[in-house]
Amino acid sequence: MATQILIIVFAPLLAAIVAGLGNRALGNTITKSITTGALFLSAALSWPIFWGFLNGTATAEVVPVLQWVRSGDMSFDWALRVDALTAVMLVVINTVSALVHLYSWGYMEEDPDQPRFFAYLSLFTFAMLMLVTADNLVQMFFGWEGVGLASYLLIGFWFKKPSANAAAIKAFVVNRVGDLGFMLGIFGTFLVFETTSIPEILAAAPAMSGSSITFLGMRLFTIDILCILLFIGAMGKSAQLGLHTWLPDAMEGPTPVSALIHAATMVTAGVFMLCRLSPMFETAPTALAIVTVVGAATCFFAATIGTTQWDIKRVIAYSTCSQLGYMFFAAGVGAYGVAMFHLFTHAFFKALLFLGAGSVIHAMHHEQDMRYYGGLRKAIPFTFWAMMAGTLAITGVGVLYVFGFAGFYSKDAILEAAWARGTGLAHFAFWTGAIAALLTSFYSWRLMFLTFWGKPRWIESEHIQHAVHHDHDGSHEEAPARLEDASQKGPHSVPDPDEGEGTGGYRPHESPASMLIPLGVLTLGAVFAGYVFKYPFIDSVLIGTETQGFWGGSLFFNEDLVNALHAVPLWVKLTATIAMIAGFAGAVYAYILKPDVPGKFVASFGALHRFVYNKWYFDELYDRVFVKPAFWFGRQFWKLGDIGTIDRFGPNGVAAVVQRGSAAARSVQSGYLYSYALIMLLGLIAATTYVLL
Amino acid sequence: MDGFPILTTMMLVPLAGAILCLFTGGGAARGIALGATLATFALGVLLWANFDIGGAQWQFTERADLFAGFSYALGIDGIALLLIMLTVFLMPICILASWDAIQKRVGEYMAAFLFMEVLMIGTFAAQDIFLFYVFFEAGLIPMYLIIGVWGGDNRIYASYKFFLYTLLGSVLMLIAMFWMVAEAGTSDIPTLMQYPFEAGPQTWLWLAFFASFAVKIPMWPLHTWLPDAHVQAPTAGSVILAGVLLKLGGYGFLRFSLPMFPQASADFAWLVLALSMIAVVYTSLVALVQQDMKKLIAYSSVAHMAIVMVGLFAFNVQGLEGAMVLMLSHGLVSGALFLCVGVIYDRLHTREIARYGGLSVNMPYYAIFFLLFTMASIGLPGTSGFVGEFLALAGIYQLSTFAALVCTTGIILGAGYMLYLYRRVAFGAQTNEDAAAMPDISPREWTMMVPVAAAVLWMGVYPESFIAPMRADIAALDAQLAAAAPAGDADLAAGTPRSEIANAVVYEGEGDH
Repeated sequence: MATQILIIVFAPLLAAIVAGLGNRALGNTITKSITTGALFLSAALSWPIFWGFLNGTATAEVVPVLQWVRSGDMSFDWALRVDALTAVMLVVINTVSALVHLYSWGYMEEDPDQPRFFAYLSLFTFAMLMLVTADNLVQMFFGWEGVGLASYLLIGFWFKKPSANAAAIKAFVVNRVGDLGFMLGIFGTFLVFETTSIPEILAAAPAMSGSSITFLGMRLFTIDILCILLFIGAMGKSAQLGLHTWLPDAMEGPTPVSALIHAATMVTAGVFMLCRLSPMFETAPTALAIVTVVGAATCFFAATIGTTQWDIKRVIAYSTCSQLGYMFFAAGVGAYGVAMFHLFTHAFFKALLFLGAGSVIHAMHHEQDMRYYGGLRKAIPFTFWAMMAGTLAITGVGVLYVFGFAGFYSKDAILEAAWARGTGLAHFAFWTGAIAALLTSFYSWRLMFLTFWGKPRWIESEHIQHAVHHDHDGSHEEAPARLEDASQKGPHSVPDPDEGEGTGGYRPHESPASMLIPLGVLTLGAVFAGYVFKYPFIDSVLIGTETQGFWGGSLFFNEDLVNALHAVPLWVKLTATIAMIAGFAGAVYAYILKPDVPGKFVASFGALHRFVYNKWYFDELYDRVFVKPAFWFGRQFWKLGDIGTIDRFGPNGVAAVVQRGSAAARSVQSGYLYSYALIMLLGLIAATTYVLL
Repeated sequence: MDGFPILTTMMLVPLAGAILCLFTGGGAARGIALGATLATFALGVLLWANFDIGGAQWQFTERADLFAGFSYALGIDGIALLLIMLTVFLMPICILASWDAIQKRVGEYMAAFLFMEVLMIGTFAAQDIFLFYVFFEAGLIPMYLIIGVWGGDNRIYASYKFFLYTLLGSVLMLIAMFWMVAEAGTSDIPTLMQYPFEAGPQTWLWLAFFASFAVKIPMWPLHTWLPDAHVQAPTAGSVILAGVLLKLGGYGFLRFSLPMFPQASADFAWLVLALSMIAVVYTSLVALVQQDMKKLIAYSSVAHMAIVMVGLFAFNVQGLEGAMVLMLSHGLVSGALFLCVGVIYDRLHTREIARYGGLSVNMPYYAIFFLLFTMASIGLPGTSGFVGEFLALAGIYQLSTFAALVCTTGIILGAGYMLYLYRRVAFGAQTNEDAAAMPDISPREWTMMVPVAAAVLWMGVYPESFIAPMRADIAALDAQLAAAAPAGDADLAAGTPRSEIANAVVYEGEGDH
């Protein structure tokens, strides 16, 4: 396995370097082939490893790469750890990444900067792989920051757009707030355990569970405070309530990026971290309670916002935020395998939804506002069916004991685990999750109905009008950069007033095969991932057998909880389905049967709608509390502190005494040099005389 | 290498070059300076290759008694070796950076740089306390001239400020040195490092040295000379100022304050931590609102050097080694950032951030280098900045969680001001026509950037090369400090482990799959 894992991790890095430095010298086709080829190679090598863990033939292994840091009793190295948990992440990352690479051939076809884009994508994949193969906390942090860098570069890929730049910086800086917690967590862990090696920490954690430590003057349980600090890092990366504000803005990046980084892989790093460290978290009840509350709150909060947004990508972004909340509270109640299961299924159906949305956006000439969609069902049928599979998966459609789409198994298992856990907090999470399931179903179907049903409303879109009237002269909202050297393609459509009402004469086109193939593959995942993999993930059972051992100690497997999960009352098992049907019915009523209902609702509950539509005013709040004061303090410190006080009473004050008038400046300059040299000389003479005497 | 006076040779080569430059002047001086600095660098590589890691603490020693106690004594340990390497590595790059930018009095300019190299090497290699003092103080004269003669419009004020601060500190330090030599009866630094000074005098001696070193580092609130000096200095002057001169302060703490006055260092640790915490937050916020690129990077230097200070006063191996690695890293990275500023300053002759924008379009390779150094500055793992920052902060956490928390906010604020700078320079639309017309980096500029970039990545991925030479010296210093080191505030107290897991569930049925 050593050779395979080295290739899996380093092939994307090499591809990124070649594509990034070769750039225009190598040209589009070569750089795209190298990066995409490397990712398909990694993906092809990942599945056998995963299969090995599924059937119990593989064992966990650590492949050393290079010594990193030795400082006193602190030491950590570059090494690649492969166990069941890593194997799950390997297939998720490499599969989605390979498909996104392929998809980008079509989606980014007209962009002048394709080598750079593909280099960033591969670089991201490398960093993410380093994160999930980490055997110590510091390498995990390396991957953590590496994906942050790639995310920053990709969000800001169209760097001429001010909004893209702002979103990129916001993503990086907000993540760094989380990283502050992560770093302090590593420092604290080292202080307590005298190691940063994950297996050693996990082995030593239970013995430390009763100890206490002082942090900022507070006396706290050691493991609780360490886990809370590390969890702050997870909150940043996984966009949990409070540190979530960067994720919706990250949609400024090209859509394939949103699918790969901001849905399937990077944002799930926090969940991965919790599962990786689950034996430690299981000794920290307070930390887990916080995880549960934050997860449940995020899952509800983000879902409410998702119901009001018009931008198709933002709806899916908030949906991601909400689904991550599910994963966190699953981990919080101790169902780590279930959290990983939802991470796994979510990666497929959310990547599918994003890439599907990208296909819609592509078809609608870069229009992202769903108010200008409608009736696209027949125009782009393949995309429609792919999105449909994704929607069925995310809303959790399925029949108990028969068959369900991916989300049916994973989300139901999360709710059942929360109920089975039995504490008040867990029940709170259960009910919050159930309401969020209703909202999930509502906003997902709202998205589908607004996009694919009803009559076309395209004519009002500026993008569409542009496409029709100016024959695609390069006015992409998404890609304003350097279109003069973009390949000029024919018009997307010919103006044709007979097309039908509301179309404005625009004829949407289905995407090319390079985009549809990834949609097809992911559709398979969205349909079958839950049904096929539920036993290994939830029950840790080896595939095709009754024996346990899939997770094999790579995460904390709570067998009693899983048994209790299966034994919950029938109504608990049906709760998610009922919520899903209710949400669906609501969406049908409001967006198909009575399309004027949403407007009336907004009119009568204006304040509530504004609050939710404006994302609970988090951005405004942070702007006033953090961003503006930071600049204000910066100016005050500079003008009043440095210039007004230190300089005024320091050097300038001295100067005013010593130096009379500016006319003396010239002589002062040379004068000081001489006096300086003189003083030194005098000092030396004094020194020598002193010693001589 | 037996008996060959390599340290003296490393000083004689640039000295000879400096004298030649003074006499030739003009274009030839450039070639001479480059040749001399490259030869010195080659000697430096030889020095490193022959340095016996794990061998004697002081190697390559030379000694010539001049008069009475004062002697020409040289010798290096691992700490000095690394700082000498940093100096000789940056010097040829500085000469290249000045190649076209300096047009008046070229001979004198190059001579000033070469003199400075002599004095810097001397400072790090000196084993006699007065010899150290001479090199330490004299090294500022070329810098003073470089700012005052080849600087910007407001160079007089800047050099005046630079001089005023550094002078005040050094007078106190000199007096302290007299006292120490009288007390210990020797001016030999290795001997003084072992001399047990009484606790009472330690306090005053520590403060006297602190006055000098805190200015050099510089620590808040003695930092205001630095932004002005950087802004007015020519590019290469800034590189050396940030790259080497600031490290004199850190070196001073490692060589004098900590080993010679361990008790006073422990007593004053609170002062250092308090000033450093203020510095990290204060100067980072000031950096955020700067409109001048050099000022921004200068303020960021103050914040980074504050992390060095907390590392030094963490009283453990991680803190000390982290501080050293961060000094080396900062020398490379902030030097490189000033080079990046210099590259575009040479083209547009302004340091105002708003005059640039969208440089990624017309200068893509420049944008890559600038990004790499920006990321190294904000401590991205895999670059040198991370290793130093991480170790230093891990060190201070063991002493004070509060100081660690405040100083670690630097990673947020640092990301804020550096990315904001990068966005305004390299990203965005090309609003200024002249900026949009600038050509990408020339072969000469490639030659400057590539070695620094390679060193930054090397130090980030395999820092062992840089930690190994100093390991024994840091361990010795740590042992010396151990008796005085203040206790950490973490105060871990054992307790009876909890018997059950957090999410224990009582399940009484049979397994149901």
